[in-house]
Amino acid sequence: MNLLTMLQNGFNAVFRADALGLWIMLTGSLVGVACALVGVFLILRRMSMLGDAISHSVLPGIVVAFLFTGTRNIIPMLIGAGALGILTVFLTDVLNRQGKLQNDAAIGVTFTWLFALGVIMVSYYAGHVDLDLDCVLYGEILYSPFDTWTFFGLRMGPRSVWIMGSISIANLLFIVLGWKQLKLCTFDVGLAASMGFYVATWHYLLMGFVSMTTVAAFESVGAILVIAMLIVPANTAYLLTDRLWLMTLLAVVFGILSAILGYGLAAALNGSIAGAMAVISGILFVLAALFGPKHGILCKKLRIRSWRNNSRTQANLASIE
Amino acid sequence: MRLISISLYDMIEMLPAASAAMPDWLRFFTFQSPNVVYVLLGCMALGAGSGLIGCFSFLRKRSLIGDALAHAALPGVCMVFLLTGTKNPWVILAGASIACWVGALSIDAIVRYTRCKEDSALGMVLSVYFGLGILLLTYIQQRGDAAQSGLDNFLFGQAAAMVPRDVRVISLVSLLLIVAVVLAYKELKLMTFDPEYARAIGMPVRLLEVFLATLLVLAVAIGLQAVGVVLMAALLVTPAATARFWTHRLSIMLLLAALFGAMSGFIGAYVSYLGPKMPTGPWMVIAVTFVFLVSLLLAPQRGLLARWLRISRYRRKTLHENVLRTLYLLGEPDKDWQQLYSIDAMMKRRTFIPNTLAGVLSRLKKGGFVQEPVGGQFRLTESGILRAARLTRLHRLWEIYLTKKLELPSDHVHADAEEVEHIITPAMEVELAATLDYPEEDPHRKVVPAPVATAESSEDSQS
Repeated sequence: MNLLTMLQNGFNAVFRADALGLWIMLTGSLVGVACALVGVFLILRRMSMLGDAISHSVLPGIVVAFLFTGTRNIIPMLIGAGALGILTVFLTDVLNRQGKLQNDAAIGVTFTWLFALGVIMVSYYAGHVDLDLDCVLYGEILYSPFDTWTFFGLRMGPRSVWIMGSISIANLLFIVLGWKQLKLCTFDVGLAASMGFYVATWHYLLMGFVSMTTVAAFESVGAILVIAMLIVPANTAYLLTDRLWLMTLLAVVFGILSAILGYGLAAALNGSIAGAMAVISGILFVLAALFGPKHGILCKKLRIRSWRNNSRTQANLASIE
Repeated sequence: MRLISISLYDMIEMLPAASAAMPDWLRFFTFQSPNVVYVLLGCMALGAGSGLIGCFSFLRKRSLIGDALAHAALPGVCMVFLLTGTKNPWVILAGASIACWVGALSIDAIVRYTRCKEDSALGMVLSVYFGLGILLLTYIQQRGDAAQSGLDNFLFGQAAAMVPRDVRVISLVSLLLIVAVVLAYKELKLMTFDPEYARAIGMPVRLLEVFLATLLVLAVAIGLQAVGVVLMAALLVTPAATARFWTHRLSIMLLLAALFGAMSGFIGAYVSYLGPKMPTGPWMVIAVTFVFLVSLLLAPQRGLLARWLRISRYRRKTLHENVLRTLYLLGEPDKDWQQLYSIDAMMKRRTFIPNTLAGVLSRLKKGGFVQEPVGGQFRLTESGILRAARLTRLHRLWEIYLTKKLELPSDHVHADAEEVEHIITPAMEVELAATLDYPEEDPHRKVVPAPVATAESSEDSQS
């Protein structure tokens, strides 16, 4: 397969997509939207690695939900994994405050332990649990369109689209309703506390929504794309603007772009879709870091050069006088 | 001598036969099966090596960098496989190391050249590189190479599948790590704790950072095959965090971390030997986390139990001293400490919880500081008066110090003195009195009791 056919394949996959491709891109985009909405606050609060931790440590919760219900029903899974997500945040907090352990180490100890527990449970119940460990990490978005949801005999389309759609709406409602509080708690915790906002409550609420998003996205796209979608588009947006609402909007756009272009890349290489989407989000970040209008590396270089020239000219002028 | 040697020889001869009859959990310790020994050695060397290196990233507050680098290694592994088509552990090691290196450089570049924070940089490198790795992995898989089977072992690790060749690589590199740390111990120590000073005395700090990053990369690269990318982070963070509970000396911390790491390797190998379905890597993590939890609870100074004990002991001491002082202040106006006071009378002077107060009084009675000649009526003993007078002296000295030297208004100093009176040491008392030129009255015009507390005083200081 030469490069040209690869390009053609990728192009066709995106621009002449069949129904399957459209559903996959829609699922990916919805993951991007849901993740970007909460991811913006995650990175501004310097808790990116907590997103990483949560997306790994929900594994035992999913396995337990699986063992209890015996199905891949999403509701018990959401509950199990959501509980584990909150537990991760809580344990990290306890280790940090009570155990006087520095924050990064507390995160590292907590999530690796829970993930190890999950892997052991999966291997132990290998006969009973229809959970593929590889899928946990990189998902099976390719098959998600075949898992359709039937509602009163009506075929409503892929289940994952409905799930991610609802999560996106829930996240949107959350940040719209809590905009003022989230913003203040993010940028000035002290002021927020002194104004009577429940800082800890908002912290745990945000973490709750992050866990929920992680879990919902987990099934279709896997842990790794969740981390990428949570923090990479948000950081890309962070490079381009100083306004929170614009940053949120841009993050959502970059999330969707990563999903669509990622699908094309995956089609070109005939490889993992989730992996390709993560790669595209990274490429978008690098582009923004290089060519961003205000904080971009090239623009900064140019600005420094023009400033130098300017000051040199002024020095020359001064010496003439 | 001869007898013993014969019997030893016989025992060794008998071992294989005996081990066949042994239960599994015991047969492990005969180390008969070469495969078991390989896995065991590999896991222990890996645990020790990564525990050692993890200490430095822990102390530099960059514990999660190992996690990011472990994920970043995957594309390297896939890439060298695509290029060479072999699974030779040295080749894989080289590929993983190069990718880790590029990952480390990327993190550095993002932090340095963009406004993104370090945690974001870690998370982005982790997820994007890993995504690239997955993309390459699936690309290799769909090409249908027969030899690729097992490449995805790098995701979760497959310690049980280690062959002598792998163990040799792991052991050699672990040994290299240990030697490197021992040789560069002094430099690494200084760079970890005081990079500015190290730079000032002309140490090549930048070079040392590169050196340390290389060691970290090597530790990650050898761990991939045994425990996989996700759990590699645990082998770097948890032993270091555990060791930190037990000591504040770097040399001991390094030793302990290596020991804990090796121990977890042993337990992981043991458990997966007993249960063939049990994965080694996750059990190593569970084992080392268990040691972590035990240390968190029981470590002598930094452990939770020790801290709680210390706090409750201090609280109790404070409470006792407050009760003593209350009795002292009640008797102070008349300089008469023979009078008896009921619990109610004491409660009027200062707020206590009644049951607590009764308990404290009975304990003070046992300690010989308080007498109870009539039931429910208390007074200070001679030693009780001495101790209470000293506390009162400290309280008033501190009030004078705050008003005279720090020029605080006299109505702002009482609360602070209430705290400090329990803390001031005899040496501080002497210095304080000398600094204040041996005062006789406090800001509230109350007499400061004399050092050896023959206690000639008038009113109290509660204003």
